[in-house]
Amino acid sequence: MTAAPVAAAGAASSGPALRPGPPLWLLLELTYRCPLHCVFCYNPTDFAASGPELGTDDWLRVLKEARALGSVQLGLSGGEPLARDDLEPIVAEAHRLGFYTNLITSGVGLNETRIRALKDAGLDHIQLSFQDSTRQMNDFLSSTRTFDLKSKVAALIKQHDYPMVLNVVLHRLNIDHVEEILEMADRMGADYVELANTQFYGWAWHNRQQLMPSRAQVEHAEEVTRRFRERQGRPMRIFFVVPDYFEKRPKACMNGLGSIFLTVTPDGTALPCHAARMLPGLQFPNVKTSSLEHVWYESSGFTHFRGDAWMKEPCRSCPEKTRDFGGCRCQAYLLTGDAANADPVCDLSPHHHKVLEAVLAADRPAAGGNGPSGQEKPLVFRSRANSSRLF
Amino acid sequence: MSAGALHGSSRPSIGHGFRLQWEAAQNAYVLLFPEGMIKLNGSAGEIMKRCTGQATLAEITADLERTFATSGLSADVIAFVEMARAKLWLSVPA
Repeated sequence: MTAAPVAAAGAASSGPALRPGPPLWLLLELTYRCPLHCVFCYNPTDFAASGPELGTDDWLRVLKEARALGSVQLGLSGGEPLARDDLEPIVAEAHRLGFYTNLITSGVGLNETRIRALKDAGLDHIQLSFQDSTRQMNDFLSSTRTFDLKSKVAALIKQHDYPMVLNVVLHRLNIDHVEEILEMADRMGADYVELANTQFYGWAWHNRQQLMPSRAQVEHAEEVTRRFRERQGRPMRIFFVVPDYFEKRPKACMNGLGSIFLTVTPDGTALPCHAARMLPGLQFPNVKTSSLEHVWYESSGFTHFRGDAWMKEPCRSCPEKTRDFGGCRCQAYLLTGDAANADPVCDLSPHHHKVLEAVLAADRPAAGGNGPSGQEKPLVFRSRANSSRLF
Repeated sequence: MSAGALHGSSRPSIGHGFRLQWEAAQNAYVLLFPEGMIKLNGSAGEIMKRCTGQATLAEITADLERTFATSGLSADVIAFVEMARAKLWLSVPA
């Protein structure tokens, strides 16, 4: 088994070489089609060039193989997964196999008929994304008119006895509205609100300069969230995900690549994280021609960064490597050009200044659109046309 | 949690939104919930799988004592169910 040396290194503290654990988390990106055009989408900017979507039978086979490996949590995402008219049979099969099924949706396309069918199919959970608290900003940031529709969908989710879980992606253009966002969530009867600061991959990476908040904005948003928690009347759990560019230590991205997470893109490419296709020199098999067992245990895309044998200094000798696994490989690659470097979010990284520079640039009064020459760089909305034209 | 004290006649069941199942790949019972999983240890799994909403706490305890040929489990079972109820893994109708 080609994974053995890496797995052995990763398990060094616990004795002999161990077969890695199962891909507990399976994420299926069923389609890149999406009615929204969000500027912060993590989908690859060149998605228009990817192959045709897998058919229903291929998805059902992936579910079966993943379940046999020990996957338990299933995320159905995209693009907008409701754009697939076979979402219901996919959920039904996943439920029958014993997955806990999570739908990650913009809500566009979710009506009474479909939510009832999904419930009957055994759907366990729905996470609804919102772009902002106001119709104007929501519609601008997603380049569409969806705010009223999403409000109706939120009510529908409650009616069908699902917990109301809202996800709002924060960035420079909406982070000052955190109070209004929390009040909106409260009015909608949300049970959970995730305020997730933008992670800079895909379209968000392309638009980073316009989306990066200033440090003052982040601190203000955290303070507003803290005060809201203190005075809120009804139970509503709020998760504030700090933007990692403002941290001194990296996130434990994916709990280490190839550790628990397996995602399949619309065309069937298997990846160890949503963004990993960008990592050079790795083999990412397609599930149409490779078994998931081969993908997980043998393909270099999953074994190369498993464990810690791949690490360089300062990670290699760092006692914190078992906690953060060196951070995010994609961020290391995007910012330093080498995916095996420490995530430069870490202030022990010799490249940390690149993160600091991006944050400092956002602190300048005219930032978020004005480059050094004073030229305004336009926000690029995620769309098939832009993907074909620009990338 | 505001729920009242547990009694021998209480009938605990798996909490809303949670699912309990045996996972051969992990050789354990796991509790699944939105975007998460808890792997249960042996005794937690044995208690949880008996929390069907049908059996009373007294029956669950008696069944465990019979299965494992022991006695005096009542306090441990109650302590676990209290903890699991506080975490919403179990619901216990009044």
